[in-house]
Amino acid sequence: MAENKHKLLEVKGLTMDFGGLRAVDSVTLEVYEGDIAALIGPNGAGKTTFFNCITGIYNPSKGDILLHPKGLKTRRLNGLKPNKVTEMGLARTFQNIRLFPDMTVLENVMIGRHCRTNSGIFKAIIRSKSVRDEEQQIVESSYHLLEKVGLADFANEFSKNLPYGAQRRLEIARAMATDPFLLLLDEPAAGMNPQETSDLEQLICKISAEEQIAILLIEHDMKLVMNISDPIYVMEYGKKIAEGSPEEIKDNPKVVEAYLGEETE
Amino acid sequence: MLKNFKQSILVSLWFVFLTFPLLAVRVNTMDQVVVWRWMNMLWVAIGAFVLSYLWRYMLARQQVRKQVADEGGETRSKTQLLLEDMSFRYKAMGVILLAALVFPLVFDTYQSTIMISALIYVVLGLGLNITVGLAGLLDLGFVAFFGVGAYTYALLNHHFDLGFWITLPIGGILGCLFGVILGFPILRLRGDYLAIVTLGFGMIFKVVMENWDALSFGPSGIANIDKPSFFGMDLSLADSTIYIYYIMIAMVIFTILVTTRLRNSRIGRAWIAMREDEIACVAMGIDIARTKLSAYALGAFWAGMVGVLFASKTTFINPASFTFMESAIILSIVVLGGMGSILGVILGAFLLILLPEYMRAFSEYRMLAFGAAMVLMMIFRPQGIISNLRQTYKYKGSKEKINNG
Repeated sequence: MAENKHKLLEVKGLTMDFGGLRAVDSVTLEVYEGDIAALIGPNGAGKTTFFNCITGIYNPSKGDILLHPKGLKTRRLNGLKPNKVTEMGLARTFQNIRLFPDMTVLENVMIGRHCRTNSGIFKAIIRSKSVRDEEQQIVESSYHLLEKVGLADFANEFSKNLPYGAQRRLEIARAMATDPFLLLLDEPAAGMNPQETSDLEQLICKISAEEQIAILLIEHDMKLVMNISDPIYVMEYGKKIAEGSPEEIKDNPKVVEAYLGEETE
Repeated sequence: MLKNFKQSILVSLWFVFLTFPLLAVRVNTMDQVVVWRWMNMLWVAIGAFVLSYLWRYMLARQQVRKQVADEGGETRSKTQLLLEDMSFRYKAMGVILLAALVFPLVFDTYQSTIMISALIYVVLGLGLNITVGLAGLLDLGFVAFFGVGAYTYALLNHHFDLGFWITLPIGGILGCLFGVILGFPILRLRGDYLAIVTLGFGMIFKVVMENWDALSFGPSGIANIDKPSFFGMDLSLADSTIYIYYIMIAMVIFTILVTTRLRNSRIGRAWIAMREDEIACVAMGIDIARTKLSAYALGAFWAGMVGVLFASKTTFINPASFTFMESAIILSIVVLGGMGSILGVILGAFLLILLPEYMRAFSEYRMLAFGAAMVLMMIFRPQGIISNLRQTYKYKGSKEKINNG
């Protein structure tokens, strides 16, 4: 791995206990600028819990989550509220799609702009020129994002009426609207057909290349993971069991064991 | 179709059978004869048939609509399409405004008084619509804020002789403050628990007002509250009613204007997003605590303000005006009208307040009809009379889209 790359996210010894259950056990992980990192592992390995710890939905029991925004002070994310984490520039999508079903596609993305805009209640009532300009700007930039993910034609549809694959892409667009420098995707290809998956693959590469957003994704679709991500982290029973490039992971006996079970004589 | 028909006939026969001993047979003990009232049976049969058929027809229609929605077809009804047409909307608004302005000149004081109380509920409904309809936070104690406003004016007027116009904003702000006070402890609550705490808040307000004699004069209430002054002139009862009516119209317009703007703003979108999915909302960088508090505060603001007007209209208030029943009615207005829809809430308020007024003859059945209407509404139109309109925005390229058809 190149040493001159800027480290964006640094997770050290992250542990999360639910009562007596240790869902995440001292996991260490780093995401560098320009990376498309992947976190894989069998079901119940603690990947989503790990995501929830980073994004502030859970407060981890032990360990450090450090964010190094470029040109800014390092911030420790432990115990911060999810909205604060997003404000720092770390956006996420959800494993089971969590859109705002009764809002239009465009409005869904406009919500993402919320934390980057700031007109308050009184301004909204008076609706001065500056507020109208800001509103228009939100609309334009949101629409622009929809064009990027290929949903511009659906802008005024209710998001609940979108086909499944499009809902996934909308979630990505919404996360991107918060101007993140690191995007966490929780199983973006879950439930997609091969065509949709390959579209998604292109989209993720495009985001990474054009927007300079680093990506950390959880995924079960090995083809997708092997195609686009480097490095790959593997988790099992809450522990990190391997990390490395796709080739290294493929040949790692521990990983094969985790997925296929132990070899017998 | 035919199946529905057959089933409805079966239902009506069943009803005839069930009600036969009660409605058809009457034993006249004086003459020792049995009177057979066959006409009654006929009415029961026809009534049961019509109701049953209508019921099935509506259910079938709803099924069709759901199917269309699942296939991604046009789900908006004709009324909705009409309402989305801007020029129609402006025309309709003009006509309604004109009708509202000449109303007290055409009708007598009694009608104006009824209309004022309906308008009060319109404002209350629009206020609660922010909390319940937009932000999705159930509030069963909304009447407490109304009471805060009313008592603010009554007390300030009684002790300090403050006038209506000065107290109006004070009432609103105090309502706001109490909204925040209620909001803080229930930030973490959801669903049933939220309902219980808000219900308790409403109850506490009433109980405190009933028992804190030193502050509120207890159940005997406060009388002789000043009516709004009109540049220092004394108005007759009829004139003052008309005056209050116009104040109320202005207030409704003001409320509609502000709530519409709020809904279409950044804050309003955050409220709706919070209603739709709280976790996704917070993950998008929206501060849930602030958004919730602002929803409670801004909802309560209108209740506080209109409470001041209520006190000045009735010139007498006591805790009996602020029972849970009132909260329930305001909530029904919002649910019946359509959560989040401003026009729907206005219609809901008129329906729920004016119908009982004009149907005093059936007042004994009021609660029965109320309950039945609610149940039917939840089955056939869970989204309310007028469901929320889709908000469209103009962006670069939207013009080309229209030209391309």
